[in-house]
Amino acid sequence: MIIYAKATTKLRSGAHIGTKTSVSSIMGKVMLAIAPATVFGLYCFGWSAIFLFIVTLVSALFFEACCLKLAGRPIKATLFDGSALLTAWLLAMTLPPFAPWWVGVVGSGFAIILGKQVYGGLGQNLFNPAMLARVALLISFPIELTTWANVSPLFFPSSPDIMESWRITFSSIVPDGMTGATTLGFIKTEFSQNRLLPDILKEYSSISNFFGWTRGSLGETSTLLLAGGGVWLMQQKIITWHIPVALLATVFLLSSGFHLADSGHYVSPFLHLNSGAMFLVAFFIATDYVTSPNTPTGQLVFGVGCGLLIFVIRTWGAYPEGAAFAVLLMNAATPLIDYYIKPRIYGRDRHGKPLEISK
Amino acid sequence: MLRTLFAKPRLRGGVHAEERKSATESSPVITSFPLPKKLYIPLQQHVGKPAEPMIKVGDTVLKGQLLAYSQGMISAPVHAPSSGLIIDVNDYPAPHPSALPIRTIVLETDGKDEWINIVQVDDPFALAPEEISFRVGAAGIVGLGGATFPTAVKLNMGRENQVQTLIINGAECEPYLTCDDRLMQERAAAIIDGVRIMLHGMGTASAVVAVEDNKSHAYSAMYTAALPYPQIEVIQIPTRYPMGWDRQLIRYVTGKEIPVGARSSELGVTIHNVGTAYAVHKAIRYGQPLVNRIVTVSGGAVALPMNVEVPLGTIINELFSFCQVNMDKTARIIMGGPMMGDPLPHSALPVVKGTSGVLALTKDELRDKQEQPCIRCASCITVCPAGLRPLDMANNIRINQLDTAVDLGLKDCISCGCCSYICPSNIPLVQYFKYATGEVMARQQAQHKSEQTKKLIETRNARIDKIARLQAEEERERLAAKAERERRLAAEAAEAEQEVS
Ligand code: SF4
Ligand code: SF4
Repeated sequence: MIIYAKATTKLRSGAHIGTKTSVSSIMGKVMLAIAPATVFGLYCFGWSAIFLFIVTLVSALFFEACCLKLAGRPIKATLFDGSALLTAWLLAMTLPPFAPWWVGVVGSGFAIILGKQVYGGLGQNLFNPAMLARVALLISFPIELTTWANVSPLFFPSSPDIMESWRITFSSIVPDGMTGATTLGFIKTEFSQNRLLPDILKEYSSISNFFGWTRGSLGETSTLLLAGGGVWLMQQKIITWHIPVALLATVFLLSSGFHLADSGHYVSPFLHLNSGAMFLVAFFIATDYVTSPNTPTGQLVFGVGCGLLIFVIRTWGAYPEGAAFAVLLMNAATPLIDYYIKPRIYGRDRHGKPLEISK
Repeated sequence: MLRTLFAKPRLRGGVHAEERKSATESSPVITSFPLPKKLYIPLQQHVGKPAEPMIKVGDTVLKGQLLAYSQGMISAPVHAPSSGLIIDVNDYPAPHPSALPIRTIVLETDGKDEWINIVQVDDPFALAPEEISFRVGAAGIVGLGGATFPTAVKLNMGRENQVQTLIINGAECEPYLTCDDRLMQERAAAIIDGVRIMLHGMGTASAVVAVEDNKSHAYSAMYTAALPYPQIEVIQIPTRYPMGWDRQLIRYVTGKEIPVGARSSELGVTIHNVGTAYAVHKAIRYGQPLVNRIVTVSGGAVALPMNVEVPLGTIINELFSFCQVNMDKTARIIMGGPMMGDPLPHSALPVVKGTSGVLALTKDELRDKQEQPCIRCASCITVCPAGLRPLDMANNIRINQLDTAVDLGLKDCISCGCCSYICPSNIPLVQYFKYATGEVMARQQAQHKSEQTKKLIETRNARIDKIARLQAEEERERLAAKAERERRLAAEAAEAEQEVS
């Protein structure tokens, strides 16, 4: 028998085969990497944090579905690519754990609608949606966004129980004595009273900051778990080392320099690295594909820029937690970085002229 | 040959594609393929001008007989792959995604497979170098790695540029394909002989045979075969697609980067495929022109995947029958490898000189998923061996900014497929680039054409102008002459009047 075979698929050019990596598998891995820090954060801050987290994620999916419907795009395929979920997840990680429910909803709305969909959806946005939402919230609702809960782990006698937590999240009734300032915020206020660092920091324990046993936003507090997740992402080749290393090194070097020069007014590098979402930003936010440069050199520039801005804003700016602003500013610079820093084409020099023939 | 360590540049880009070679890499090449009843021999199986037929319908020919001679500087002749009767010279579909018909000779075989009188050469090294490339050209040999550039032209360029290094490409970096691997394992001595003949033909001192380090058997066979010849070095190179891209391989082996627009021979390097070296050996030693080749038949829909030596012009249907391809499971037929190969609409197309493999892939093997938006993950930039930014090129092509895409380096794209392979959003980047390249070419042609038309019109107008000018001039002259005549007549009349008075 003579076999006559016919192609049943479209005659597309190669490559006819491809990697197993897909958009949703990438998003899934990022979520997996951030899960330990999240679980820890949720545990530390109890039921209110869990409520807020769920509200933020669910509303993000809702907004995404609405936008897709309005734009007439397929809902199912895009909704579950994981990108909206990840955006909301990252946003939730930066919210104060006792923030009322509507902060999560409004934040998700900002992130999904203004941060992503108005630009045309996934891959088109200039700014990191989670950071955009975070900054918008901070400016619109400064009180809610700077009320930081004490560590109040689940099932601790001193922590709010589930009903109390429900009231914290959904009726904004926060019991007295449950909140305070973050380490950086505290230092900033104390500076204004002319106290010096060694004095201020008597109450500060870097060990507990390292593990996350401190006031802060929902999921940014545990440096150790965040770093672990970040390293795993590198090992999985989801992100490269360039942005995190450049960012952390810049902050470390700058703060070391200033701290050595004047340890009364400048916070030590360890405190810098250990607080205020530094690792969350370095590994999970600044590395966002869409809003960071796409060559290794460009990414180094981006990382250094972020580090520099974070340090400047924290040290001299009005907001002690300046990472979000720093990232947004560098997001804005990304097209420029990509324009100037690009790979050299084979057989051409950096300006695109053919190389000289040399025997 | 001494290559300093630091001169060896890093490999750029590339992917580690799943190899899927195991189905065919360890069994010998099958040489018992039944002679097909009919062979369809396209007149263009190479880069350059098609060959011109010199036989007519009704002629009987012998195996190896010249059927069509090469035309122009860059072309290659075509020979009869077996003995028999010429029954047609006409347009038939070519093995190409569009199956565009091209001129093809149809040979009905007589089953005797009788060779024409061929001349054996005992000592090829006694032949003049020019004679080597002449005979290689006459044997219809073209680059058998898939590029199908006429080998003789390359040998001549090598000789004229006094090339110092000949690189023999045994990378075979495409997944599935193992025809070069098997050739090296089974016929190493013949390949090395071919390499020596090529060295002689170019007047080049030394050769480097580069074999990817996933082919250890092929490497050791080649290594052993090359031992007696100190001028030939066999090396292992990392397994990384597209290691077999000639410019990548040249850079890896010699550290030289070929400028855009230049030929490697201008930098003192020439590169040939192992299959080509083998064909040169057969052509020079035994006088046999290129009439058959080894083809890898593989893929999930193939029950008996194998490497098989078939006459050129064999219809893929027969190859598929021999290898028991499951028609229903076949989702895509590919000529060549799965990274760069061309998809074929069906299997009623002939095997040609550049056919290194024919794959019948199932749906599961393919990646044929819904395209998603680009997430700017930059993987495509990382893997591009040419240093391009596929995502930016694709974005511009999508909004029909073809000129910007060209500025970004569209013409430097080698269609290697690494970017499409790696893209997590299933964006068919190469498809975009091929479309855009075609479009840009069509535009240029259209522009060229309109310029030509403009020129034609201009010449015509100029001609009309000239005629009009000439006519006007004639008219003026005529009028002037008339006026002159009248003036003279008047003067004469006046004179006459004076005389009268
Ligand atoms: S197909 Fe072109 S753009 Fe894509 S990786 Fe290969 S050379 Fe680069
Ligand atoms: S690999 Fe695909 S998704 Fe990633 S940047 Fe390139 S085109 Fe975009």
